[in-house]
Amino acid sequence: MTFSAADLFLVLPELLVITAACVVFVLDPVLRPSDKDGLVWVSLGTLAVCMGLTASQMETHASIFSGLVVIDGYGAFWKLLLYFVTGLTILLSYSYLKEERLYFGEYYGFMLLSLCGMMVMVSATDLLTIYLGTELMSLCLYVMAGLKRKEPRSLEASAKYFVLGAFSSGILLYGISLLYGATGSTRLPAIASAIATQGFADPLLLFSTILLAVGFGFKLAAVPFHMWTPDVYQGAPTSVTAFMAVGSKAASFGAFLRVFVEGLGGVKADWSAIFVLLCLATLVVGNIVALVQTNIKRMLAYSSIAHAGYAMIGVVAAGRTDHSSGIASVLLYIALYAFMTFGAFAIVAMLRKGTIEGEEIEDFTGLAKHQPLPALLMLVFMVSLAGIPPTAGFIGKLYVFRSAVEAGMAWLAAIALLFSAISAYYYLRVVMVMYMQDPIAGTNPVPRLVMSPTLSIVLACAVAGVVIFGIYPNPLVNLALQAVLTLK
Amino acid sequence: MTTGLMTHSFPWLTALIFLPLIGAAAVFVVKDASVRLTALSVTVADLLISLPLWWLFDATSGEMQFLESAAWIPSLSINYRLGLDGISLPLILMTTILMPLCVMISWNAIETRLRGFMAVLLIMEGAMIGVFAALDFVLFYVFWEAMLIPMYLLIGVWGGPNRLYAAIKFFLYTLAGSVLLLVAILVLYFQGGHTFDILVLSRQTYPLALQTWVFFAFFAAFAVKVPMFPFHTWLPDAHVEAPTAGSVILASVLLKMGTYGFVRFSLPMLPDASRLFTPLMVVLSIVAIIYGAYMALAQADLKKLIAYSSVSHMGFVTLGLFMFNIQGIEGAVLQMVNHGITTGGLFLCVGMIYERTHSRQISDNIGLTKPMPRYATFLVIFALSSLGLPGTNSFVGEFMVLVGTFLWSKVATAFASLGIILAAAYLLWMIQRVAFGTPAPHMLHKLSDLTRRETATLLPLAVLIFAIGLFPNPLLSRMHTSVEQVIARVVPSSHQQHSSQAVLDQPTPLLKNELLSTLDAVHAETVTPPGSLPLTESEGERP
Repeated sequence: MTFSAADLFLVLPELLVITAACVVFVLDPVLRPSDKDGLVWVSLGTLAVCMGLTASQMETHASIFSGLVVIDGYGAFWKLLLYFVTGLTILLSYSYLKEERLYFGEYYGFMLLSLCGMMVMVSATDLLTIYLGTELMSLCLYVMAGLKRKEPRSLEASAKYFVLGAFSSGILLYGISLLYGATGSTRLPAIASAIATQGFADPLLLFSTILLAVGFGFKLAAVPFHMWTPDVYQGAPTSVTAFMAVGSKAASFGAFLRVFVEGLGGVKADWSAIFVLLCLATLVVGNIVALVQTNIKRMLAYSSIAHAGYAMIGVVAAGRTDHSSGIASVLLYIALYAFMTFGAFAIVAMLRKGTIEGEEIEDFTGLAKHQPLPALLMLVFMVSLAGIPPTAGFIGKLYVFRSAVEAGMAWLAAIALLFSAISAYYYLRVVMVMYMQDPIAGTNPVPRLVMSPTLSIVLACAVAGVVIFGIYPNPLVNLALQAVLTLK
Repeated sequence: MTTGLMTHSFPWLTALIFLPLIGAAAVFVVKDASVRLTALSVTVADLLISLPLWWLFDATSGEMQFLESAAWIPSLSINYRLGLDGISLPLILMTTILMPLCVMISWNAIETRLRGFMAVLLIMEGAMIGVFAALDFVLFYVFWEAMLIPMYLLIGVWGGPNRLYAAIKFFLYTLAGSVLLLVAILVLYFQGGHTFDILVLSRQTYPLALQTWVFFAFFAAFAVKVPMFPFHTWLPDAHVEAPTAGSVILASVLLKMGTYGFVRFSLPMLPDASRLFTPLMVVLSIVAIIYGAYMALAQADLKKLIAYSSVSHMGFVTLGLFMFNIQGIEGAVLQMVNHGITTGGLFLCVGMIYERTHSRQISDNIGLTKPMPRYATFLVIFALSSLGLPGTNSFVGEFMVLVGTFLWSKVATAFASLGIILAAAYLLWMIQRVAFGTPAPHMLHKLSDLTRRETATLLPLAVLIFAIGLFPNPLLSRMHTSVEQVIARVVPSSHQQHSSQAVLDQPTPLLKNELLSTLDAVHAETVTPPGSLPLTESEGERP
């Protein structure tokens, strides 16, 4: 193990995030309650600096720490997305936590630590380093999910998430150890060359591939490993749910793609077959079960499951061809998904006011009459999630389906489109209650929304992403295509 | 997005599409009192922009005109490409003519959330023109789908009592229909040389198995929109619940998008499959003609009656399209415009009477001639046009479709003609009750005759009915060359010889029919001389 100061400089963003997290942890008990807003600005400032640093690393390609970590365009793409999501989450939490009466300075510290875990996940090229990243991310999320300590549902979410998360980590580790047994290394490039020289016949290799798929399946919330998602998404504070639904999913996809393309690229015919089944199951269950949800957070949980299914189409396509367009379409899809899902959760968080929970779909009744602008924004997010043009959701689906058709799987695209038509039903139900139903006098209190400058920034960013990338996706597309080039 | 236009002339089509979209935003910033006026000015301005196209259009050229092209999403080779030919020009003009009328009919009828309503109307206008002008398949799909949400809101927010059901039914039907369309577009992209250019894709030859597959994918999308027989059930619900302007847009423009899809995509891109499935399409069309007419006979609700009559009339359009001869397709395209004008007028009439009596039941609206003579006159004009009385526009269109059908099969013509007889039955029966009965005394005070605004709304359509009915040639001559190109594509030269021979033999006894003498002049140009069907070898040969 050798490393130099130059290596440290390349991981400066990670170091900065960790430092900022520690600063937040230390300052929290010392500061007076009135000064604790400062912690928010410390976190946001760190993210801004990191964003600049990572953006300058887009062109770099350096393997550091003896090949444990790589700094490349692919990792940079995910990191930029993760900074953005974390920044939005912090802005969202700022007013939401006050409404929930949760005053924990450590919240921001955990969020930064979790971000650091995600950053390690997307840039590690060693299975154990990736595992460490996943654990760092997950442990912080377990804590954050249970933040509403007085609410049994939040605690249940935390406990359930922890147990199932630990279980999935175990499976992941088991897969890693078997893969080590089969190939003699945990480094992705070494695994790839071992597979290339030994051939694919080893049953141990296949078995470990399956275990890795299962382990990542839990993190991605792919069916049938999705059981934790609805309960955790519903129970956790909404800002944490948004962070999990977008950030944790993005990081998991980042690590997952790197492991399966860089490490297990030699057996891609095998894993592609596994993922076809996972993808179909995810599309079917995610979309069908979402139809009957009455709680919007549960509905969005199933929707996020379904969207993992759409993204996985790109993974399947990438396994069938030599083209990188499949991988690029996944990157693009997750980035666009981030905007619309985050926007939807932000609106849900806005509805939390005083004693009103604001988490049932019925709570949106008549929103368009009293709050036309938030209702319009929610309409845009729902339409985008349903994949109807001209929104970002359509562009994402267009690229994913294109790569499926290119890989000769037009039938998979057709099935996915069928389910996306079904999904329109539950997304439009939200539009329907907002625009077409009047509140029944007495039963439904008039929805009042938390309005704050930070929330406005969050919503403006989300809706700008959905609309602008829906009409002019080229910058993001080019970024994704450029990022994929560095993935071997 | 629209930068770098290839042509240096005025970007007519971009202006036509984006002016209403800008107007939709403007509606939200103007003062309450001027919302209606703003919407009206925007739609009228759009009409004024579209009118010069009628004269600037070169009828002798089969090429796309007013071309605009700019790179949109280069990584997928998706371009922003617009253009017009003789098939899309009349449809765009019909749209721009109808939209000011839609704003005017909603002047007092819409009381809640007026800004939203006008904005939705304007967004629809932009998207509808976009559908007819798009020359890039993905651009077409974007406009095609982008229309769904505004229409869903139009029905669901400003609709009748059962609007929620009707809105979601409309939305899911049409969305599910276009599920396979996107896949088919992507498949054609890879088969047709990595391009979404509609003109390039129309010049390729695809294997029959693929054509069959894609034909059914297109069929699902377009047949739901038309709507053809088994997919029509969303239409009566949507029409009945939609506000008047929504019904007009639905009937006059949205349904045409389906038939436009057939003539723009199915026929030229999939000629072999189109010929293979002609019997199926003919049977479905004839079933729609007769079934729609029978259902119309049984309706007590005026809007439902017109909705089912639309199913019947659109059957003529799909029938004509799949005849692959000049009379059939020209008649069908003409009938698309005619149906837009006539049915639009009928829906406007129903909307006006609904504003007065708050009922669309025939039994509540009887004997309107005495209290509302002007209204009754317009209603009768539109109804007579709808049943295809000679001298009105629908006569020309339906006659041409029937001539086209006659060349293909006499039996089919006989069945299709039943639709005209039934149309006369249900429309005259409706007129008999609504116009000529004795009004209920307690209704009389509500039955005030048309205001000037309402007269101004109906008059343009009545004028168009007679203009096209008596002088169809300006319209037909503009679509002639484009229709010939479609035929050259869908029928290989040997078939074409045969069909032009048939044209030589057949029309003479038909044209001797006295009833048709007024049309002789028209057909002298459009039908004869049949030898002039300018099918050169190069056009006839498939690349």
